[in-house]
Amino acid sequence: MTRFAVGDRVQVLALRKEGHVRIPHYIRHQTGCVTEYCGTYLNPEDLAVGKTSGPAVDLYRVAFAQRQLWPDDLIPPQDTLVIEIYDHWLTPAQETDHAP
Amino acid sequence: MPHDHAHGEHEALIIEDEAGNIDAQIVVDALQQVLIAKGLLTAREVTAAIAKLESPGLHLGAKIIAKAWSDPEYKKRLLADGRAAVQELDIPVTEARIIVVENTAQVHNLITCTLCSCYPRSILGQPPSWYISKAYRARSVREPRRVLKEFGLDLPDDMKLVVHDSNADMRYLVLPEPPLDFQTLSTPDLEAMISRDHLIGVARDVA
Repeated sequence: MTRFAVGDRVQVLALRKEGHVRIPHYIRHQTGCVTEYCGTYLNPEDLAVGKTSGPAVDLYRVAFAQRQLWPDDLIPPQDTLVIEIYDHWLTPAQETDHAP
Repeated sequence: MPHDHAHGEHEALIIEDEAGNIDAQIVVDALQQVLIAKGLLTAREVTAAIAKLESPGLHLGAKIIAKAWSDPEYKKRLLADGRAAVQELDIPVTEARIIVVENTAQVHNLITCTLCSCYPRSILGQPPSWYISKAYRARSVREPRRVLKEFGLDLPDDMKLVVHDSNADMRYLVLPEPPLDFQTLSTPDLEAMISRDHLIGVARDVA
């Protein structure tokens, strides 16, 4: 059982992690919509320091409205960005607007 | 790329990968010399490994796309499970998963890797130098329509642009729309019309 389902609104956490972190800064704090569950993968934050025994973590693809990501009125409202986010970087979204 | 805007200084076309790092290259060369001197490795094995890395390429990507255009059932499998469908064509895939994203009359897809240079290498080989430049990596998410314009692709305002940042374990291929007359064209002709840029999404029309 995964923590999130396709269609769920989620917010990307801004964890203060160092090292081989695969969640770019531009997407932290942002709210988007889960579009796909990708399965479980070894955490790159562990792999980078030689920890290959797991645990494996859930990975999701999450879509964000481009207009929400960038302060730019010229961006058409339908444009989106999809990025992969590991489970421990996600929390259920608090608000309900800004659907991409 | 045609430029319709003024730059001050152009950013140097520096490739920010390990090969561009002189210090690392010195270490790699020294290690290779030691391994060869100790008889653990031969120069021939090194060049064979490089040849293997460089043997995938556009020809494999074009084969996948042409097959998807001509075989609707294959296309369904490709969109459902890219890795399995690519492997059906005897292409060995080393990536965990391949996600194929389909362009339609209303949707255009663009692939990038903002954090480094993730790319479906076992299918397409090594990425082009611009793909791993800091300029592309930053601008492909921040102002993708402007980037596409510089590649000669002016997307209509009412088309939906979806940018895929391959930041983690997935690798992506764009499935372009077939040319209008694709049913009259032979498979080799179709394959010859498909470019690497179509599969990344910086080009759109196959003609």
